[in-house]
Amino acid sequence: MKYYDKLIFEISRPGRVGYSLPKSALSNQQSAISIPENLLRETPAELPEVSELDVVRHYTNVSNKNFGVETGFYPLGSCTMKYNPKINEEMASHAAFKGLHPLQSADSVQGALAIYYHTARALSELTGLADFTLTPYAGAHGELTGLMVMRQYHLMRGEAQRTRVIVPDSAHGTNPASAAVCGLEIVEVKSTADGTVDTNDLKGLLDDTIAGIMMTNPNTLGIYETQVVEIARLVHEAGGLLYYDGANLNPMLGASRPGDMGFDIMHINLHKTFSTPHGGGGPGSGPVGVAAHLVDSLPNPRVVKGENGEFKIQDAVSACGRVATFMGNFGVVMRAYTYILSLGKDIKHVGPIATLNANYVKESLRDAYYLPIDTVCKHEFVFDGLADKSTGVTTLDIAKRLLDYGYHAPTIYFPLLFHQSIMIEPTETESKETLDDFIDIMHRVAEEAIADPGMVKSAPHTTPVRRLDETTAAKNPLLKYRDLA
Amino acid sequence: MLDKIGVGSIDDLFADIPASVRLQKEYDLPEAMSEEEIRAHFDALGAKNKQQVIFAGGGAYDHYTPSAIGALTSRSEFLTAYTPYQPEISQGTLQYIFEYQSHICELTGMDCTNASMYDGATAAVEALFMAVAQAKKKNRVLVSSTLNPAVLSVIDTYTKYKGIAVTLIPEADGRTDRAAMQAMLAEGDVAGVLVASPNYYGIIEDYTGFADDVHGAKALLIMQCDPSALAVLKTPAEWGADIACGDGQPLGIPLSFGGPYVGFLACKKELVRKLPGRIVGATKDVDGKRAFVLTLQAREQHIRREKANSNICSNQSLMALHITIYLALMGKQGLREVNEQSYAAAHYLHDELVKTGLFASAFPDAPFLKECALRTTLPVKALQAYLAEQGYMAGIALGDYREGMDDCILLCATERRTKEQIDELVKLVKSYEIL
Amino acid sequence: MSKVIEGIKYADSHEWVKVEGNIGLIGISDYAQHSLGDIVYVDLPSEGEEISKGEEFGAVESVKAASDLYSPVSGTIIEINSALEGEPELINQDAYENWLIKVELADPSELDSLLDAAEYEKVCE
Repeated sequence: MKYYDKLIFEISRPGRVGYSLPKSALSNQQSAISIPENLLRETPAELPEVSELDVVRHYTNVSNKNFGVETGFYPLGSCTMKYNPKINEEMASHAAFKGLHPLQSADSVQGALAIYYHTARALSELTGLADFTLTPYAGAHGELTGLMVMRQYHLMRGEAQRTRVIVPDSAHGTNPASAAVCGLEIVEVKSTADGTVDTNDLKGLLDDTIAGIMMTNPNTLGIYETQVVEIARLVHEAGGLLYYDGANLNPMLGASRPGDMGFDIMHINLHKTFSTPHGGGGPGSGPVGVAAHLVDSLPNPRVVKGENGEFKIQDAVSACGRVATFMGNFGVVMRAYTYILSLGKDIKHVGPIATLNANYVKESLRDAYYLPIDTVCKHEFVFDGLADKSTGVTTLDIAKRLLDYGYHAPTIYFPLLFHQSIMIEPTETESKETLDDFIDIMHRVAEEAIADPGMVKSAPHTTPVRRLDETTAAKNPLLKYRDLA
Repeated sequence: MLDKIGVGSIDDLFADIPASVRLQKEYDLPEAMSEEEIRAHFDALGAKNKQQVIFAGGGAYDHYTPSAIGALTSRSEFLTAYTPYQPEISQGTLQYIFEYQSHICELTGMDCTNASMYDGATAAVEALFMAVAQAKKKNRVLVSSTLNPAVLSVIDTYTKYKGIAVTLIPEADGRTDRAAMQAMLAEGDVAGVLVASPNYYGIIEDYTGFADDVHGAKALLIMQCDPSALAVLKTPAEWGADIACGDGQPLGIPLSFGGPYVGFLACKKELVRKLPGRIVGATKDVDGKRAFVLTLQAREQHIRREKANSNICSNQSLMALHITIYLALMGKQGLREVNEQSYAAAHYLHDELVKTGLFASAFPDAPFLKECALRTTLPVKALQAYLAEQGYMAGIALGDYREGMDDCILLCATERRTKEQIDELVKLVKSYEIL
Repeated sequence: MSKVIEGIKYADSHEWVKVEGNIGLIGISDYAQHSLGDIVYVDLPSEGEEISKGEEFGAVESVKAASDLYSPVSGTIIEINSALEGEPELINQDAYENWLIKVELADPSELDSLLDAAEYEKVCE
């Protein structure tokens, strides 16, 4: 069914069913729903009427229009698209955890709490921070939670005036957005020519209204902030806290710990560094770790170990509050825990190999693509378009042409420091052979850009659909099946 | 590879890290485990959990999950895909999100929705933020005290930092006190009002006149709903609400110790530019073929940065797929049957417990679907502990969350609870009394 | 090269104001529409609202960008250009013909601090 293009609603036929419920002995006794008429729905919801085979075949065909890590290589900078081991999935669907109600008494969910507790301990060891909450649902949610912890800390110390947070101009959009949701005013700190924080500019910004600074290290260009110790000293002396955006944690495994660098608060993207699948956009998980002086401000509830080794779920009045209905994406935590067990101490090799792979790809492609910052990178690096600027072929065109060759595109037009950014992160799970194939294709695309720019500019040519009309989609939004009629 | 890079060792790639912060030790972690060891480890941990027959809801409901869902959501093309920023190779994800959006609009009666939120509580917060953004100069919201206490707590946390004033509307006989709400609205500074259907006690509140009250005060009405129950209950749109929100968990997502679930947030057309998060729209490609794409992105954090209404970047995409497939399998008839069977089970449970003489409705005559509050003469916590020993999770002790409800228990029965299980529970309750 | 026309005043945030009596028509410059690309939505305030000079009054969106609008003058909004609701692309077609809002000026002397065509041209360089 190569050309399958139906929506589930378009294969619906009256009366068809795809479920199997038992004939309930109770429905016979209590025949219908006896609720006052004015509380009932007036017109029925037009849900599809399809058989199980219809559904299975439909979504199988729909899935065939997708690209995943198991389809091919994702050189996607800043996203750490590493392989998602199968054992993670098997453990996450373990029957002994599936049926647990989130409000069951702690003594009846000791196995689940043990996973929370031990995952938090491992994350602490890997980052050099005192404790973690695993509740935040995603990176941005972790950022917000971490900033709440930061504000709560200042409030508890009677420093309510610390309502400004420093964010580098090269930061991911969620940093300023999370700060704004947390009621913080954003102060931008300039970057130097190599994209690192300008410490002179920073000095001028520090005063007693500063709550803290948000940074990544390595930064968004894949460069280690060598001034980090000095930055930590400056910010701490001014009474501020340091927040570490864990988006780029992967190359630091085995190399350097945020806690040792001087960071007080951080989030981790389990769906990046800890190999849980991206799921087409989620669920992810964004645990937040803090140094010892901030543990009391972590959100409720927390999992702690009692005197007799039993695990307890606790609320504290000093907490920054509550950020989720229950305790986050537990299933994602189970996968990350499995990954940590699989690698154990050997997790120290992750950062070095990811860094080796990134530098290898960078050095292999710098003849054909323009490398604006020529230095050793960590997990990722940025090209500013093709080396040959005469072709008229843009970063977008290159990205689209790669789709024809069966690769996902790199991250494009980010960071904003360059006009034609192509951000590449190969991760440690790809072999030299995969990288060499990718390097060949990148060279071939660069040659095509010279030989036949029109063909590259109209790519992709072989994908299930080609370039889309995004303008009409935004101008006249069609957001549901009924809008298509 | 090192030759190509021009360094002598991998270590040289880390020479820029100051020695004082370079990791000098081995991680204090166990040795790597094989798959067999990992399985044994999880089996051992799993054995420490006590599997219970669930007679509790409180925001997480034990509904049936059709077998085909797991088989489809575990397909690696869905599971291991990134966010669909490259639409040409992400039509699978984009299409199911479009279908998900269609389902949510169908259930709530709303015009638009996004590609999903983290959970029900954060969706409620985002709904309140939308109301404040829409009102521009008003910074206060009203929230009914009949909402789930966990949701209230999350609202309290977010609004405290964002600087939005929240006033709780008191409850009267387990329902939102309309007169109190009207008095609060009369003060003129309210941007939005949030109520729930069914509410925390399982009561299906009568919101007749609420939309007029709220709109009269130039505020928005927000309704938090159980999407499963919307197969039979009056929709937020039919009540005149402007925004609907809630948790998608009741649509066949296993309890899974609280997550991953999925939040939903839907609204009237006029509010679409204030809707946070990813949104998928239909369009055409250069060959005129129907296709789907992330749209209205100018609202989002990656473009608006600190001016965005929300910091949300991701969605719970795979869980949105889960409920999309659930709704396809259950369809029109199945979702109705789920509600009928849940209604039958919950009312049988209620009636049988009342018959024992040890229980009475906490809110007599309040209509409910699958969850209800009962007062009991038995000591709630001790009874729950006793039943847990026998393998039953018997509701939620309301005294933990509500003043003056130490003798109340919030019980729930879905279509998964059989007559035998309910009879057994009632028998155990009676035996406890004799003990 | 984007167009700058004579006879109207500009703000360095790329809005223009054309004065007719005590009424100011406010729009965005050709340079601004050009940098945004295909405009897909214009978020405008309601009639009757008061705005002050430098205050944000709406936003213009393209597929991949959004730009906030800042009022170059203070006053009361007496009309919004409702044609832009259905056809935001009118701004791309002619940024100077298609004004966004009409404002009754509260303080005409504010116009003196705005840029003339020659000065604004330098901002766009």
